[in-house]
Amino acid sequence: MRKLDYAGAIREATTQEMERDPRVFVYGIGVPTWSSIFGTTKGLVEKFGPERCFDTPISEDAMTGFGLGAAIRGLRPIHVHIRVDFMILATNQLVNMVSNYIYSTGGRLKVPLVVRAVIGRGWGQGAQHSKSLFSNFTHIPGLKVIAPTTPSDVKGMLTAAIRDDNPVICFEHRWLYWAEEEVPEEAYEVPLGVGRILRPGRDVTVVGLSWMNVEARLAADILARRGVSVEIVDPRTLAPLDEGLILDSVRRTGRCIIADCDWVDSGFSAELSARIHEKCFGQLKAPVRRIGFAHTPCPTVRELENEFYPNARTIVHAVEDMLGLEAANLDGEDFFSHERRFRGPF
Amino acid sequence: MRSDREPLPKTTAIQLYRSLFLARRSEEYIVEHYPENLMRTPMHMSMGQEFVCVGVCAALDGTADVFASYRSHAAFLAQTHDTDRFFSELYGRTSGTGEGKGGSMHLAAPDQGHILSSGVVATQIPVAVGAAFANLRLATGRTAVAFFGDGAADAGVFWESLNSAALFRLPMLFVCEDNGYAVDTPRAARQVAASLTEAVKPFGADAYEDDSGDVESVYTLAREAVTKARRDRRPAFLNIKCCRYLEHVGIGTDWNWGYRDQATVEREWIARDALKVQRARLASHQVGESAIAALEQEIESAIQASVQRASLAPIPTPDRLHAGVFHAKA
Ligand SMILES: Cc1ncc(C[n+]2csc(CCOP(=O)(O)OP(=O)(O)O)c2C)c(N)n1
Repeated sequence: MRKLDYAGAIREATTQEMERDPRVFVYGIGVPTWSSIFGTTKGLVEKFGPERCFDTPISEDAMTGFGLGAAIRGLRPIHVHIRVDFMILATNQLVNMVSNYIYSTGGRLKVPLVVRAVIGRGWGQGAQHSKSLFSNFTHIPGLKVIAPTTPSDVKGMLTAAIRDDNPVICFEHRWLYWAEEEVPEEAYEVPLGVGRILRPGRDVTVVGLSWMNVEARLAADILARRGVSVEIVDPRTLAPLDEGLILDSVRRTGRCIIADCDWVDSGFSAELSARIHEKCFGQLKAPVRRIGFAHTPCPTVRELENEFYPNARTIVHAVEDMLGLEAANLDGEDFFSHERRFRGPF
Repeated sequence: MRSDREPLPKTTAIQLYRSLFLARRSEEYIVEHYPENLMRTPMHMSMGQEFVCVGVCAALDGTADVFASYRSHAAFLAQTHDTDRFFSELYGRTSGTGEGKGGSMHLAAPDQGHILSSGVVATQIPVAVGAAFANLRLATGRTAVAFFGDGAADAGVFWESLNSAALFRLPMLFVCEDNGYAVDTPRAARQVAASLTEAVKPFGADAYEDDSGDVESVYTLAREAVTKARRDRRPAFLNIKCCRYLEHVGIGTDWNWGYRDQATVEREWIARDALKVQRARLASHQVGESAIAALEQEIESAIQASVQRASLAPIPTPDRLHAGVFHAKA
């Protein structure tokens, strides 16, 4: 099978759905321009024309209501935000309108709206270009929230999202855009609301969110060399959550670390941890641990960024601690691969 | 009233009166029965300003999707004439527009082109822009209209929506029900522009103003505006001056609040109440008093029958709470 990167998988899913269904269109600030949201919308305006792939004023609030109006009147919009930090200007529409149009009409309306939001770091993105804010949106009934990790998942899940008659917010960590794997060429759906075991293991469950699954894999490799078997569970869809898959894993291993790429306080990890404690209390060998951003605004300078963001090293140490192992010397390990790869400027 | 206007045909005059009377009588029913505490939903009454929605909806004649605010009664009834679903929703019955989940602020009859009215000021406006876009793209022959108060023009999203609609060349209507107040705060305390109509013009919409207080004038203006909007593919902004007779929310008057003078309002607005003016106009069309009374009785009976049906309709069972958060696959 041919290989495709994550950005290419998004582009392919979008292209195939736009070919299949003339009602699908994609829009947002910078969507048809040269930079094309890190290449994820490249070529779409040439292929489908400016009626189905277009730029917008810097009016996130109105453009979200616009998407809602288009969706309930028969189109299938994909609205793209190059940072989730900018999408929060649309919170009014997402929280007050998009999330309850179906409920308030007694199910009479469909809202087939997809909102893509880029999250994550490069270097020096600072306090306003670096957030994730998963729990701001998983908190709201009526919104589906997904955060695919792998290229094959993002292709299938974005396809499923576009075909879904409910609003779906898709979080994409920008470093994942470089991830490559074999991705089927034909269109396919990965169902929303179904998690995935990325790596089976026995000793401890690591629930990874988005980019943190990449860090979790690295951590699991390091720990495997020390005889520790890590199971990595990727929820993929954060709302509605495949709780059963996570709880089953935790019941088997008796231990759970939640590796979020977001703030910990009142974050998605808090919700998940609460559910695990409520439902697996008797089977837990240790309290659930949570890993996430430091509780500060995101700093710009690299040395502080490295303190702010968790990574594989954080996960390794958390596992060691939980299992009562001595902290290994990790000097020979290669961390920060993507930090080194990133060259900016944005 | 616009003096250059041709008189409207008798059938149109009757149609407008029916629609005005329907909205007024429905709200009078609410005023009479709200104290029974069975319609447990905050009511923002249209009374006094019904002629705006009635005139515009009649002019559009079902060819536009309507996006209204929480002040939704006149817009809903003018578009749908559906007193059954209206009262059922106010009484919280499964036969209502949202099986009781919406209430007065969230009335919805998408199948009849009244999409879903909205309780957060100005939020419905950009949704109308998207609906106009979809209607244009899918060549449905329909367009969209957003109704909102002058307070909504304080909000950034109003200007974002106006700009976007003009940029995307959408032939839609922005209709400001300009009653001069946001709750009890006058426009001058909120907006710098001396004239909202003038302020809108550079945004690429055709802007019209009407202070006639008259339903036929609004009807005529809306027809002109939508015709031009469709021809030129550009949005129209209609600033219709009007007066809310009752308090901002609730069924009482608010003269004791002190922000407006009862005698002035009575002289300037209530004395030329659109419903009364239109009723008098029917007489000038040789519609006799008995014919008018029969028409009124017919509407009165329809309201009573709708209320009766609502009272017999089921209240949602507890299991409905979790139903319909997401759209179920067909
Ligand atoms: C965004 C927002 N802010 C505040 C309110 C509270 N509120 C409800 S109605 C209203 C006044 C709105 O006035 P206007 O837009 O002129 O409409 P009218 O009520 O006169 O029809 C306010 C401040 C709200 N519903 N939404």
